[in-house]
Amino acid sequence: MITPQMAVFLVLAAATVAGAVSLILQRHPIHSALSLIVVMVALAGLYLLQGAEFVAAVQVIVYAGAIMVVFIFVIMLLNAGEEERTNISRLARFVGVPLGIVFLFEVAYWIGRATAHLGTTPPEMVSTRELSSLLFREYVFPFELTSFLILIALLGALVLARREDSD
Amino acid sequence: MVPTSYFLVLSAVLFGLGVVAFIFKRNILTVFMSIELMLNAVNLAFVSFSRALGQLQGQVFVFFVIVVAAAEAAVGLAIIILIHRNRGTLDVENVDSLKD
Repeated sequence: MITPQMAVFLVLAAATVAGAVSLILQRHPIHSALSLIVVMVALAGLYLLQGAEFVAAVQVIVYAGAIMVVFIFVIMLLNAGEEERTNISRLARFVGVPLGIVFLFEVAYWIGRATAHLGTTPPEMVSTRELSSLLFREYVFPFELTSFLILIALLGALVLARREDSD
Repeated sequence: MVPTSYFLVLSAVLFGLGVVAFIFKRNILTVFMSIELMLNAVNLAFVSFSRALGQLQGQVFVFFVIVVAAAEAAVGLAIIILIHRNRGTLDVENVDSLKD
């Protein structure tokens, strides 16, 4: 029988898979970017379903709200057009796609069997206080390193995309 | 109550779809977005295991994965802008040589 959590999971999982398939099938990159945003927001819902509220908030704010916005800026800046329709080979269409789907079901079956002993996810929320005490006590060194990494990435992006003016 | 294996199967399916998009798409921006899709699938696996095993290290790692993905997206998009500026194309089939 379908509990409310299972119903929410099925709706969100269908949204993620639909968004991912749409990313593959769409021809214009802006449509792929919007499909990826749908995937990320649905994944944030799945994180909430498992009780990871801070990760869900960070996913929506940083991943869907900042990184994908930068993607869309670049797509609009470069005026990326539609891909042209290339003909997929007949071997790939009639042998590859069915074999790929069979392989997908096989992988899903074996993962389901191998991890069935893990049981069901407990319903309580993870407190942000515990997560932050872990992040700022045991993992403070990687945390500072990632702030350094962002600084380097920012400098690198600036240097790379700078126009060569004649000074 | 949703079994943990359902989340892991969904993570594997999303990762596989990301790999398919990485191989078959021709626009370099869509290829880059498929990398982000793969990273998201791995994040879902991290969070699922973190909840199933009752530890929080998985979610700390998800935090780091998101930060590294942001840094990588910034530099990667700068490189894509440079490719467009120098080669004039965004098609991965046409940027197949190191020198013009």
